[in-house]
Amino acid sequence: MNLTLKIWRQKSNTDKGSLETYPISDVSEDMSFLEMLDVLNEELIEKEIEPVAFDHDCREGICGMCSLYINGEAHGPDRRVTTCQLHMRKFNDGDTIFIEPFRANSFPVVKDLVVDRSSFDRIQQAGGYVSVNTSGNTQDANSIPIPKDDADTAFDAATCIGCGACVASCKNSSAMLFVSAKVSQFSLLPQGQVEAKERVINMVNKMDEEGFGNCTNTGACEVECPKGISLDNISRMNREFITANVKK
Amino acid sequence: MATLNSGVPQGDLKDKWTQYKDSIDLVNPANKRNIDVIVVGTGLAGGSASATLAELGYNVKTFCYQDSPRRAHSIAAQGGINAAKNYQGDGDSTYRLFYDTIKGGDYRSREANVYRLAEVSTNIIDQCVAQGVPFARDYGGLLDNRSFGGVLVSRTFYAKGQTGQQLLLGAYSAMNRQIARGKIQMHNRHEMLDVVIVDGKARGIIARNLITGEIERHSAHAVVIASGGYGNVYFLSTNAMGSNATAAWKVHKKGAFFANPCYTQIHPTCIPRSGEYQSKLTLMSESLRNDGRIWVPKRMEDVEALREGTLKATEIAEENRDYYLERRYPAFGNLVPRDVASRAAKERCDAGYGVNKTGEAVYLDFSSAITRYGKEQVLLQGEDPNDHNLIKKMGQEVVKSKYGNLFQMYEKIVDENPYENPMMIYPAVHYTMGGIWVDYNLMTTVPGLYAIGEANFSDHGSNRLGASALMQGLADGYFVLPYTIGDYLSNDIRTGPISTDTPEFKESEEKVKDLLKKLVENKGKHSVDYYHKKLGNIMWDKCGMSRNETGLNEAISEIKELRADFWKNVMVPGGLNELNKELEKAGRVADFLELGELFAKDALTRNESCGGHFREEYATKEGEAKRDDKKFNFVSAWEYKGEPSEAKFHKEKLEFENIEVKVRSYK
Ligand SMILES: Cc1cc2nc3c(=O)[nH]c(=O)nc-3n(C[C@H](O)[C@H](O)[C@H](O)COP(=O)(O)OP(=O)(O)OC[C@H]3O[C@@H](n4cnc5c(N)ncnc54)[C@H](O)[C@@H]3O)c2cc1C
Ligand code: SF4
Ligand code: FES
Repeated sequence: MNLTLKIWRQKSNTDKGSLETYPISDVSEDMSFLEMLDVLNEELIEKEIEPVAFDHDCREGICGMCSLYINGEAHGPDRRVTTCQLHMRKFNDGDTIFIEPFRANSFPVVKDLVVDRSSFDRIQQAGGYVSVNTSGNTQDANSIPIPKDDADTAFDAATCIGCGACVASCKNSSAMLFVSAKVSQFSLLPQGQVEAKERVINMVNKMDEEGFGNCTNTGACEVECPKGISLDNISRMNREFITANVKK
Repeated sequence: MATLNSGVPQGDLKDKWTQYKDSIDLVNPANKRNIDVIVVGTGLAGGSASATLAELGYNVKTFCYQDSPRRAHSIAAQGGINAAKNYQGDGDSTYRLFYDTIKGGDYRSREANVYRLAEVSTNIIDQCVAQGVPFARDYGGLLDNRSFGGVLVSRTFYAKGQTGQQLLLGAYSAMNRQIARGKIQMHNRHEMLDVVIVDGKARGIIARNLITGEIERHSAHAVVIASGGYGNVYFLSTNAMGSNATAAWKVHKKGAFFANPCYTQIHPTCIPRSGEYQSKLTLMSESLRNDGRIWVPKRMEDVEALREGTLKATEIAEENRDYYLERRYPAFGNLVPRDVASRAAKERCDAGYGVNKTGEAVYLDFSSAITRYGKEQVLLQGEDPNDHNLIKKMGQEVVKSKYGNLFQMYEKIVDENPYENPMMIYPAVHYTMGGIWVDYNLMTTVPGLYAIGEANFSDHGSNRLGASALMQGLADGYFVLPYTIGDYLSNDIRTGPISTDTPEFKESEEKVKDLLKKLVENKGKHSVDYYHKKLGNIMWDKCGMSRNETGLNEAISEIKELRADFWKNVMVPGGLNELNKELEKAGRVADFLELGELFAKDALTRNESCGGHFREEYATKEGEAKRDDKKFNFVSAWEYKGEPSEAKFHKEKLEFENIEVKVRSYK
């Protein structure tokens, strides 16, 4: 198929940036979206135009490095997939595709489609861990049975890949889905309960400090989240946050 | 040829590690505060090492090329992690895990290292659970296990198809705790481009800030390389796009010997390639072989009809299917080790039985498992045992709960429903057993320079068993290195801070800058990928699943030519002082172009077949690998001498005192 790409080009963080138009032809349906961009980049290099910078690494939907706002949707039109898992069969011959970076105040653009998501790391540093040293003599892994349901729900929350699509999709640029996924994982496991109160307070405070917006329950994040992280996590975090503040 | 000293401690195999730990020098906590350690890499190996060293009190400086430590390639590991817990009571033990690993590695690994790995494996699971890693559990709330290839017990712990992700997020959270305390200084989006050696010791690195392009000097009392494997030398592999050999290769050029580069693992179950634009290959976890059966049609007319699209796999009758692994290897069946399964798939496809258009695919079929699970569920829930639709539906649910994310990945890529039709799979490059040579302490041939995780060569011999890389990465980082490095650093308590303002740092920095400048100013006519793909083709055709003398000689000269052409004609757009992904790739491909040649040379000198290294000249009539223990019972470690072809050979003889060396059989 033949397509017209409208791609955000921005030289650096201080540059203004604009949409540029690039036609591309002979795109195969079996290509992934990023392979299509690879082909475009090879063509640009041949014409001595600087290729489009975008983040990616694993190309199988797990590292969370790829991003892209495609035709107004984080990770594009398909559901439950990251951009690297999106395939060109989701588009039609003759389509115009708009490709922009994830936009949020807390995710400044680095170059073209690459953004800085280090604010996510800083939220995790504020409390996204269990304080246990590596000693080689922690208690046996099976000494505390954990109900399968709890373990499974904790796992589901823990599958968040930290991509930031939830923030990019939210009109308030709220990071609640991301933060609540981590808080939930730990609050569902006995190992995480000891520090539960400080954790939720510290992580939420850090999230605010980093400039993410408030949650007004629009639910856009859950729709666009490639891993299907559930809004239940946000309710769970809200409950945790309220109890933690009451008991403080 | 010199003989290498592995520094394995004396004593009984069982007691070596304990006695070693009791006898080494320790650094007192106050002194640790004055000691810096650089860790390159934040995968399971680097992440766990950084966190643990920081907990111990060292000042850790950690580097990764991604935008966050959480994105290291370990995140992509799917199937599971081994540990000799024997929770299933099926006869597992430290010795059995040790034995399976040595045998699986085709008797080409070091006994003492492997035993230690098996010994600490149980601690890993305890540690991870304590960190809040949500492993799969059974209905009683206890940890669940599955089986992997090459073993007869269930010792693999898992978190659906995302085990690597959960373990890495565990290590990442441990790191975050130390970053918050200021004990780890994290340098994201930084690439190490050289190691700095002062008075014979590793004392720092040169790194490029990938956002600003700035070339930075970082010093430390010891440097740890945890940069992963070099599978991307083949261009197409299951590795992440950025996985590279640069850190490993640069330290090799500064004196660290490189061991067994030709030992590569080609994984049997990956999604076949679809076209020229293909950028990577996707793994379908080995865990699928617990429940999937591998087959191709018996009759050529069925193969042809499949390719023409006039026949569907599900329409081929049971008696016309060749479950070739079950046929050839009745004892292990679909769970033979990876090298064996890959070669068997290649054998069938080379014989013309490949089931897709390219002729490079076999089936991995879940229908038997779906029926088996479905029947069990129907009985358990008291439903009608003759309702085939219900059986299928319930069976699919069980399979979904075990492998859901893998099935989804498959469906998205291939656009076919694997619950209804068998998956199509083909072998792909996956893991590199070879790597930087290290001794028992995980120290390279350069004092103060360590290598851990996939970057070193130590534990998997010539073939790695499934679920053992995660185990090794975390064993090295959480439980081994923190001890062994202390023994070395105990001599550095009076050294004081290492200055970066020295001729050695300056020289390294200038060399790095010159190289980068040369790349951007070259203004040639071909892109970096053009060269990377060419190299990949040479590697796959001539140093791939099977190798022979003629092909390897050709590979050596073709890679040499390609490298010369690269330096003449490569085109790297963009500048030095900005985010420049093409420049990053160019540096990595330049190193692959050297490593590839050493790889071929190593394969050429190993005149035997063992594990992932299959030389056509050394095979039995039935096509099984023929090892030569008399002549090749050693590790080949190469010393850099300018050109890869001039690398100097060193030998580490392997002694097997606790295991009888046998022909590896899975029949
Ligand atoms: C798809 C897939 C599935 C797998 N599944 C399993 C499994 O189920 N079980 C199992 O046991 N094993 C599995 N493996 C193998 C296993 O995942 C890897 O061997 C292991 O994770 C490697 O860990 P590592 O810490 O050594 O390196 P990696 O995780 O590769 O980390 C490398 C780190 O080094 C950094 N780095 C690299 N070069 C530089 C540089 N020059 N400068 C700065 N930083 C650098 C990177 O940023 C990264 O942080 C799988 C592998 C793949 C590809
Ligand atoms: S919650 Fe979903 S969208 Fe948000 S970072 Fe995690 S995986 Fe991405
Ligand atoms: S590149 Fe890793 S999730 Fe897309």
